[in-house]
Amino acid sequence: MNKVLLSGNEAIARGTFEAGALVACAYPGTPSTEILENMTRYKEIDSSWAPNEKVALEVGIGACYGGARALVVMKHVGVNVAADPLFTLTYTGVRGGLVLVTADDPELHSSQNEQDNRNFAKFAKMPMFEPSDSQEALDFTKLGFEVSEQFDTPVFLRSTTRISHSKSVVTMGERPDHIPTPSLERNPAKLVMLPGNARKRHYDVEERILKLEEWGCNQSFNRVEKGKGEVGVITSGVSYQYVKEVLPDADVLKLGMVYPLPKQLIRDFAANYTTLYVVEELDPFIEEQVQAMGITVIGKEKIPICGELTPGRLAKGLFGIALPDESSTHHLPPRPPNMCPGCPHRGVFMELNRAKAFVTGDIGCYTLGFMPPLSAMDTCVCMGASIGNATGISKVLSEEEQRKVVAVIGDSTFLHTGINGLMDMVYNNSTATVIILDNRITAMTGRQENPTSGYTLDNNPSFRVDMEQLCRAVGVEHIRIIDPYNIALTRKTLREEMARPEVSVIITTRPCILVPRDNLDRRPSLYVDHDACTGCKACLRLGCPAITWDETTKKSNIDKIICVGCKVCQQTCGFNAFKEVEA
Amino acid sequence: MNTTNILIAGVGGQGILLASEVLSEVCLMAGLDVKKNEIHGMSQRGGSVVSHVRYGEKVYSSIIPEGEVDILFSFELMETCRYLPLLRSKGRVVVNDWKIAPPSVALGKQIYPENLIETIEQQFPLTTVVDGLTLALETGNAKTVNTVLLGALSNILDFDHDMWLAALKKMVPEKLVDINLKAFAAGRGTNS
Repeated sequence: MNKVLLSGNEAIARGTFEAGALVACAYPGTPSTEILENMTRYKEIDSSWAPNEKVALEVGIGACYGGARALVVMKHVGVNVAADPLFTLTYTGVRGGLVLVTADDPELHSSQNEQDNRNFAKFAKMPMFEPSDSQEALDFTKLGFEVSEQFDTPVFLRSTTRISHSKSVVTMGERPDHIPTPSLERNPAKLVMLPGNARKRHYDVEERILKLEEWGCNQSFNRVEKGKGEVGVITSGVSYQYVKEVLPDADVLKLGMVYPLPKQLIRDFAANYTTLYVVEELDPFIEEQVQAMGITVIGKEKIPICGELTPGRLAKGLFGIALPDESSTHHLPPRPPNMCPGCPHRGVFMELNRAKAFVTGDIGCYTLGFMPPLSAMDTCVCMGASIGNATGISKVLSEEEQRKVVAVIGDSTFLHTGINGLMDMVYNNSTATVIILDNRITAMTGRQENPTSGYTLDNNPSFRVDMEQLCRAVGVEHIRIIDPYNIALTRKTLREEMARPEVSVIITTRPCILVPRDNLDRRPSLYVDHDACTGCKACLRLGCPAITWDETTKKSNIDKIICVGCKVCQQTCGFNAFKEVEA
Repeated sequence: MNTTNILIAGVGGQGILLASEVLSEVCLMAGLDVKKNEIHGMSQRGGSVVSHVRYGEKVYSSIIPEGEVDILFSFELMETCRYLPLLRSKGRVVVNDWKIAPPSVALGKQIYPENLIETIEQQFPLTTVVDGLTLALETGNAKTVNTVLLGALSNILDFDHDMWLAALKKMVPEKLVDINLKAFAAGRGTNS
């Protein structure tokens, strides 16, 4: 057999291929991003980045109404954005199968919250599968498409960071030879969700969930693994693996489908034990439903509700076994992430700090502008929030304080959900300033293409959104376009626009330093002339990883291996100490 | 066969991902069950990075149970110390003799701790210190430090030499295979 090591994300892409899907659509978001990136290796599938998760789902829905199998992918908070079409998609059901991947992030490795999206399955009334390794990620993706068509419902596949980004051994299959040809087919009673039609469909939704619940009692993905028979555990997803580590002798009911729960199977299993645990990450999702069935279980009273589980955290919760003492490491300087050397955002944040701006922030690499020494971000809520937040806070401030409010947002986030905020800002006569950090890529998640990059997921050239024209079209009169490597210009522009009692937009134009096609004019790295350096530390305000302070010589140094020659530091120096390495 | 747990630690950009890929591939070639795990995303921007690799007859959790690390394979001195509490009491350490200043040190706000090798060796006598950069430079490319370190790690693992070479050839881009094979040999001490 063909055994390979695949990450959960690679396995989901493979499963989609093997299921004969024709369309895949997503907005990037950790930990889900690599699913679509891996999809590009399957040329049979039309894979694309959408501007946001709502559009991604709507594209997927369209493809499935046309009769094709479609995969739609997003991180947990993306489902919030896509919730509107989702909650009615469960009413219409599908034609071709539709699987929606939600990649949750317990522990908030790279997210603004750790919401448990199993709740969405119950809320939207659609089935949810939860793999516990890469093999199941592949198998459950294929299964999801089958169940979707069999029960005429969209299907959730829930991954978590530790599933998406873990590699394990997978046996791969093949793509089917025959794939039904999509076609137009009118079915208004099912697809036009006006009240008269939708009212009827609601009955179908309720009936479907009951059928799925019964069906799930006899499926191998919900299985009992016998141990020594003394203790019972109900678990699913990655938690199953920790149960096998910590409770190797327990009888385990492993749920592959976490909604709807197979109630009869659970009743039959529970009847055997006086001690019954429910082991799950985050919310007591299974626990509360099992308890509502009148079954006593031990769950969140012992197992943490916050953060991800690990074998050690589970053992501590269940048996009080202490985790290793890490106090010996507390004195070590932390190593937080930082903007890259040459990042075009750095100088902007240094100037926002200098201007004492109140910065309503957003989601992207530039969220790192919060970190010292830049320390120039005062709010960060969700994708696109910066602009609405700036409008709202300006409404309630004195004129003097209003001038301090600056919204900062990246190009991809602006197109995702920021543009609506800007329309509101102009329409309702706000006074705040908006900075669009246009680096022409979705950088934070690993440099994905978007409508401002001018390229598609499969690297084909496409139309590049004209940011200036877009802002002008929604009514912004004052638009300044600046090179953020020019610190004097950045400072002057910021001062002028913050003082203006009208909406203004500053667009920065330097591309992400990590995108090679946009950075053909690589410059020589700089060095610090120690005769000129007075040790004033002005350059350290940039927090550039290439600049280090030497306590012995009391001078700054540049690591020439990582310096990319952006020369922003040169402009912070009053003593001309930063010089170009001669070619 | 019991599960062997290797924790790889270092700083974003040091090539930890490739090292853990090659190691996992070797485990797969040896016919073992293997899982590996690391965090992508925000932690990659020069932050602290760890990768868990576990192999044996049957592996469940991809996260190494806390306190059960058999080998801490580390690319940077201070990062080594950060993860020492996760080792078994008789665990081993393979460490690159290399310091990378974190932001607070680069800004002159904190001091990079001293005598780290001594601290590590005191707690874990089975420590191998590797001068990764010097060995890499001897092979002609400073960017092969991760492969040099893999060579050093291979000395204390029970896999055939040929499997390592095959895994490297499979995982490394073709034009970089030769230089990586040299780097591996330098780390393993088989180049002379």
